[in-house]
Parts: sequence; structure tokens; C-alpha cells
Amino acid sequence: MPYMQRDALIQASQFQSTAARTPPGLVVQQLSLSYPGNGSALVDINLDIPAGAVTAVIGPSGCGKSTLLRCFNRMNDTIEGCRYSGAIYVGDNNVLAAATDVTALRRRVGMVFQRPNPFAKSIYDNVAYGPRIGGIRRKRDLDEIVERALRDVALWDEVSDRLHTGALRLSLGQQQRLVLARTIAIEPEVLLLDEPASSLDPISTLKIEELIYELKHTYTIIIVTHNMQQAARVSDWTAFMNGGKLVEFDETDRIFTNPVERATEDYITGRYG
Amino acid sequence: MIMATGQSLPGQRRWQRVLGTLMIWLTAAMVTLSVLTAGAFLGLLLWFAGSWLTAEGMASGGVLVRFWGNLQQLLFQPSASLGIEAMLPAIIGTVIMIILMTVIVAPLGVLVAVYLSEYAKNTWYTELLRIAIQNLAGVPSVIFGVFGLGFFVYAVGGEIDGWFYAETLPRPTFGTPGLLWASLTLALLTLPVVIVASEEGLARLPTSMREGSYALGATRFETIIRVLLPAAGSSVLTGVILAIARAAGEVAPLMLVGVVKYAPTLPVSLQAPFIAFEQKFMHLGFFIYDVAAHANVGEGRLGLICAAAVLLVGLVMLLNLTAVLLRKRLRDRYQALSEE
Repeated sequence: MPYMQRDALIQASQFQSTAARTPPGLVVQQLSLSYPGNGSALVDINLDIPAGAVTAVIGPSGCGKSTLLRCFNRMNDTIEGCRYSGAIYVGDNNVLAAATDVTALRRRVGMVFQRPNPFAKSIYDNVAYGPRIGGIRRKRDLDEIVERALRDVALWDEVSDRLHTGALRLSLGQQQRLVLARTIAIEPEVLLLDEPASSLDPISTLKIEELIYELKHTYTIIIVTHNMQQAARVSDWTAFMNGGKLVEFDETDRIFTNPVERATEDYITGRYG
Repeated sequence: MIMATGQSLPGQRRWQRVLGTLMIWLTAAMVTLSVLTAGAFLGLLLWFAGSWLTAEGMASGGVLVRFWGNLQQLLFQPSASLGIEAMLPAIIGTVIMIILMTVIVAPLGVLVAVYLSEYAKNTWYTELLRIAIQNLAGVPSVIFGVFGLGFFVYAVGGEIDGWFYAETLPRPTFGTPGLLWASLTLALLTLPVVIVASEEGLARLPTSMREGSYALGATRFETIIRVLLPAAGSSVLTGVILAIARAAGEVAPLMLVGVVKYAPTLPVSLQAPFIAFEQKFMHLGFFIYDVAAHANVGEGRLGLICAAAVLLVGLVMLLNLTAVLLRKRLRDRYQALSEE
């Protein structure tokens, strides 16, 4: 398995505060995870996710890619009896440490889910939810944040005249972009996307992919996807997982043209999975 | 909807088709019957309410006119010879009590539902708690009256008197049936309805909604208060509506914990503290019973009772309508969740 220089990465992210806005890289060390009664879902994962790039995680159903993604913002904590060991460094903090403030972590590491999950609130209140929880109260500030976030996801022109109507009335594609805007509104450094386009039509999918491409300069993006063309289109790096293990991690071009592992080749060429 | 269209699926047996058709007809019959019953009931009430012939009523003849005559007499000018009291204080008493009960039962029920749905782990203890709550709904209401008398009036009320009203003590202040205890008793009686409806409303919200909130750095408390409860608001209100409907019909427990035939003063006033929590009060349901049992009116009794009954039904409908409108506003604001 080709390895990034981990120390260099960690060092780079330590100096992030001096740069205007350099998102941190993520370093996964010996991560293992098990669900109760289900055996191991992740086995000894070691992975260096580069900063400011898009990393795709691919693999057959049940290979643990979503579980891996949910480790980065400790979403697995909500599952009863879920146990994990190892370390994940976002910047220089081990987020799996017991002392981690999980709510603060989740504001640094935002997540978009498979199915659009807007709250049963207005469009405006959906986007303003995160900032409000973060303590922003002034209406002028909120207005600004909401507009910027909606513009970032190219939704502003479609909804600016009905910001205060229910978000659940939007189409699925719009809902997913709204959810993305909601996540961006709290200005995270890392974006986790869990099959963000799997329930969308091709045009909405294209829009989401364009967004990912535009956002990668300001965020470190990790995307889990079933769709290999999508992985090839949007990502700079690709990790292939199988059976809870990381099989191969490399630049996307290399993974798709010249993989080292046999299993990777089989999966990508459609002989497996 | 195989049944509704009467079509058969391949492999569906004959008896299943027959059963399906039968079900459709049965359902249709039930719906028709219930609509007819409700209509007939209201019609009868109005008819009887008008049939108590007053002098003016006799002269003018119409049912509604006579009904109005009855109401006027009941509301404002009960003659001593009738042996009953005016109805207006009873209406006010009923409304105040139900409002007070709603204010108590809604937050309490929501609190329990939130605990059961969001905090409690699925253990035998929680399951037991759920069963107990559901059984609570099946307890005869007069038992709640007995409990209210024993617990609220004597135990809690007696203690309060000991602490705060010691100087007047042989004469009880809170240690005697009154508005607060009646409202609390009814709140307890209707608690299961609110809990069950609210819990179902919360359980119906998708996990993804909770995760969406957590993923934005919200705590569980913030998620419940700002995302889940607003989204489940219409279910909560449905529970409250059912609670009001149930509470408004209860008389038996109230006779033990605060309702009287005649109260010299209203439990509300325009001066602080506005509501006299410790006072006994009059109630429409009890009023109906009182007219039926004690009024000195001979033939006209049924008309009087029915006039009061129509008023009670109308009152309940009005209270329900308020809640339904509130729920509709909430739904419009948040729109029902899209189907999964």
C-alpha cells in the first residue's frame, strides 16, 4: 500500500491557523470498530487523507465505507454498543480520544447523508440552524450566512423568493443541496459525504458533483459512493475497501487505470461486487 | 389497495377475495352508520332542547326559538322554584378547568414521551412503563377521582395547609376539594392519551433527521427542543385534542375532587391572582346530572337537560376546534413529512 508521508501531513496541518484557510488532512491509525453482535465492521484501517482534496471511498455494500465515514465525526457514538479503537487525527487532534468535545468536532467535520434530511422547518431556518446553535443571534448576520451558503450550493436563485416556506416542499435534488448548504453554513473544515447523490436524478447528481469540485479548494472532502464513474469523476484520491479492510489507497487515476491489488481490479472492472 | 378495487392478484384465493369485498362493505356500512348516528344524536338533542315549552316558546312554536328560550332561562334566570342554579357559572367553571388541565397535561405528557422515545433504552423496565401507561387509560375514571381525593386533596393539600395556611387550620384551604385538584386529577386521567400520541409522533420522525442535527454539532437536548418537538408538534396537539375531548366528558371523578352543585363565587376574577385554585366550582356535566336528579320541573326536565347537553357538546367542539386550527397552522408552517 503506497503511503503518504504522515509526519509531513501532520506538520502541515499544525500550521493551518497561519494560512487563510487551509483545511486539515486526516490521518487514520489502526482503526478497528465493531457493532454489538455483528463482529468487526472495520479492521485495522490505516489511511492518510490529504488536505484540500477529494477522497472517494468505494467498495461493495457492507464493506464498512459508511461506517468509516461516520468515525470521522463520531457519528457512530449514537449507535448503542458500538466499540472502536485506534486513532483519527484531524489536524493534530485525535478525535477518537475520550476527551474530545464531540459537538465541537462535528462543527469542524460536517456531514451530508445519503437521503436528504432537511428539518421540518423553513428553508431559512434549516440553513440558520447550525449558526444559531453556535450562538449567532443577530438577524443581519444570519441573513448573510444563509444567503452565502445557499449561493455556495447554487440554490439561492431557485429559492430566494420563498426562504420562509417549508424545506420539505423542495424537490429531492434541491433538498440535498439545501442540506449541503446547511452543513457549509457552520463553516466546517472537512466535509463527509455519504453517497450524497444516490437518491437523486442524473441532473441533480451532476449539480452535486459540480459543487464537490468547486468546494474542494476550501474543504477536505471525503465521499463515499457506490458509483464508480462518480468516484472517477470527482475524486483526486480513492480508497477501496472490502470486508471491513482497506485494500488499496492511491491517486484516483492510478486506482482506476493500474491498481496494485487484484481485488481492486476485479471490483473496478465489475467482476466483483 | 387490492381490497378497495376488488381486483384479485394472481395466486389470491377465492375466500380472500370474498373477505376483501366483505370488508369494504362492512367499512362503508360502519361509516354510514356512524355519520347517521351523530346526525340523529344532534338532531334529537336540539329537538328535545326545544321541546321544553316556555311561554314564549309555546307562542312562537319553532324548535330553535324554544331552544333559545330554554337556554336563556338556564343561563341567566334560573327561578328558585326550579331548584337549580344558573348555568353560566357552570360553563365558566368547565372551561377554566379544561384549560388548566391542558396546561398541566400537555407539558407533562410531552416530557414523558420525550423520555420514552429519546432517552430511555429499550429494557424490560421501559416496556413495563409503556404497558402501565396504556393500562392507565383503561382505569375507570371514578377511580382517578378516588386517587385524586386521597393523594392530591388529603395528602398534598393537607401538607400545603400545614406549611402555608397553619393559622386558619381547622378550616382547610387546599386540603379540601377544589379547582386545582380537579384539574390535576383530570390531567392524570388524560395523561396516557397525550403520552401515546406524542411518543408515536416522535418515533415516526426518521433517524436521519436526528443525525442531521447531531452532525451540525447540536446536543441531544437541542435536537429535541429545536428539531424533533416542532416536527412532532401536530401529533402532540392530536393527543391534546383527544385529552380535551375525554376530559370534557368526565363528571364522576370531579364530584370527588372539586365540583359542587352551587358555588357562591366564580373561580376566576379580574383581580390578582385571577384564578382561585383552591375554590370549589360548578361544572356543566354535573349540572346536567343535577337537573336530571333534582330539578323541580316535571315534564320539561328532558328539554332542560338536552339544552345543557347541546351546550356541553358545543363547548367541547369549540375547544377542539381551537386545537385543530392550531394544529393546522403548525402543519402549514412545517408541512407534513414527505413519505419515505
